[in-house]
Amino acid sequence: MPREYINLFYLVASVCFILGLKLLSHPRTAVRGNLLGALGMLIAIVVTLLDRRIISYEVIIAGLVIGALIGAIMAYKAPMTAMPQVVAIFNGFGGGASALAVGAALEEALKGGFIEEIDIVFTVSAAASGLIGGISLTGSGVAFAKLQGLIEERPILLPGRHAINLALLIVCIALSVWLIVNPVFSLPYWLMVIVASVLGILLVIPIGGADMPVVISLLNAYSGIAAAGHGWVLNNSVLIISGSLVGSAGFILTALMCKAMNRSLANVMFAGVGTIVATESESDSIYAGRVKSASPEEVAMLLEGARKVIIVPGYGMAVAQAQYPIKDLTDLLESRGIEVKFAIHPVAGRMPGHMNVLLAEVDIPYDKLKEMDEINPEFKETDVVLVIGANDVVNPLARNSSDPSNPIAGMPILNVDEARSVVVIKRSLAPGFAGIPNPLFAADNCLMLFSDAKKAIMDLVNALKS
Amino acid sequence: MEAFVSALTIFVLALFVGFEVISKVPPLLHTPLMSGANAISGITLVGTLVTSGMKLTTFTTILGLAAVIMATANVVGGFLVTHRMLEMFHTKKEVK
Repeated sequence: MPREYINLFYLVASVCFILGLKLLSHPRTAVRGNLLGALGMLIAIVVTLLDRRIISYEVIIAGLVIGALIGAIMAYKAPMTAMPQVVAIFNGFGGGASALAVGAALEEALKGGFIEEIDIVFTVSAAASGLIGGISLTGSGVAFAKLQGLIEERPILLPGRHAINLALLIVCIALSVWLIVNPVFSLPYWLMVIVASVLGILLVIPIGGADMPVVISLLNAYSGIAAAGHGWVLNNSVLIISGSLVGSAGFILTALMCKAMNRSLANVMFAGVGTIVATESESDSIYAGRVKSASPEEVAMLLEGARKVIIVPGYGMAVAQAQYPIKDLTDLLESRGIEVKFAIHPVAGRMPGHMNVLLAEVDIPYDKLKEMDEINPEFKETDVVLVIGANDVVNPLARNSSDPSNPIAGMPILNVDEARSVVVIKRSLAPGFAGIPNPLFAADNCLMLFSDAKKAIMDLVNALKS
Repeated sequence: MEAFVSALTIFVLALFVGFEVISKVPPLLHTPLMSGANAISGITLVGTLVTSGMKLTTFTTILGLAAVIMATANVVGGFLVTHRMLEMFHTKKEVK
């Protein structure tokens, strides 16, 4: 097929991607949007296979079959609680594929095939996508390992890490310059990809688990930009368009997540937040004698007398797999005429929107899942708030933004303390990710139900039934 | 240079389109948005197909194979997992 026709089909594919993303803005049209995106991808792939430059299909078919099997198995086997790490690993695949494919294109170009002449646009974009692709590959790998619990989730801080990272970045740039000014062999490129891969690891290990929503969003942006860079190398419009679409999606989410924590991207990436944990004495001065513990039966009585209940889920719900009994509890309360809503903090969980997916999985209607700004005025008229496995996102200390030592100062929170009663289901008084005590637990209107989240909800359901 | 400028034009305009379209996606759907966008970034597959089908040297063939496998896993897995998630979102009235 002549190049012009191929490019026309690429335009069709790009339109599919844009419309598909647009349809993702409403849950009713989102399934169609995703299918439209997949259709666009299919068009782009089929048209590409008709390219005259392709002379052999064995490798391609083998790659497509193996890749499709890996992707399909991972997509179907993964439980919904594992979505953050699944997205991370797919993301790493995308970035890695860009780095390898650009390297292959470079090898061929150096041998005189593939393009007429190696110009500066080719080498600069090759170096850029190799760098970003390498970081994205190993960075996503580390994020996957942290989320899967294969390595320590808390920040791992190397001494002099900023200096090391800066040095690695300078080495990458130097190798890129070498490639650009003297494009005769591919060694600088591959060295640069290796150094970038090391940099990707070092950039992500000092970031703690609760900051993963930012990291995953940013890595997503990187893999998009790497794909766009790949498009510059090949002078391919559909790659450039889709890459920059994905890049902007990633950057938007990164910015939203940082805003939801009132922290700068630099603070999330480099400050190593999550290493300092409050001392006993600090916690004692806040909690001593003021924390009231309740049994499931007492909480059930409280719920029976309520007219409106708001549930605040956090990462603890995902860890305990408590979403299943939460569905039973919701049904039970609603069958007694009690209004139940869910308050979702933007950074609850390990990726943007994590809680919504888990609650949708257990058939909780999405119109009950409320965003922070929408639900915050409602806490005042709420009888009981159930906080399940959340901590920092309901910590009233965040409103006190004057103390610079407070890592969550100024972070927008769910104002659960305004409700008539708050029940916090938590295993202990241990601090959350920010490492600071939570005065909510010592508030007059707060009861602690010390238990595993899943067990606590099942006990509540049983107590309500009897 | 001309090719560079037209590629740059496409790149910048697509960034703007992306910002416009994606900032309308509600937080409710941020996870599927991310995994859907992620699947689209597997478009790099299109580029890997050409380079791995040219069969210039064994080294590039191996590179191409690895790249095709990774990109395909990204595309197929990404769209499937997004579909799985989106199918779960419904209101009370909608039949399960």
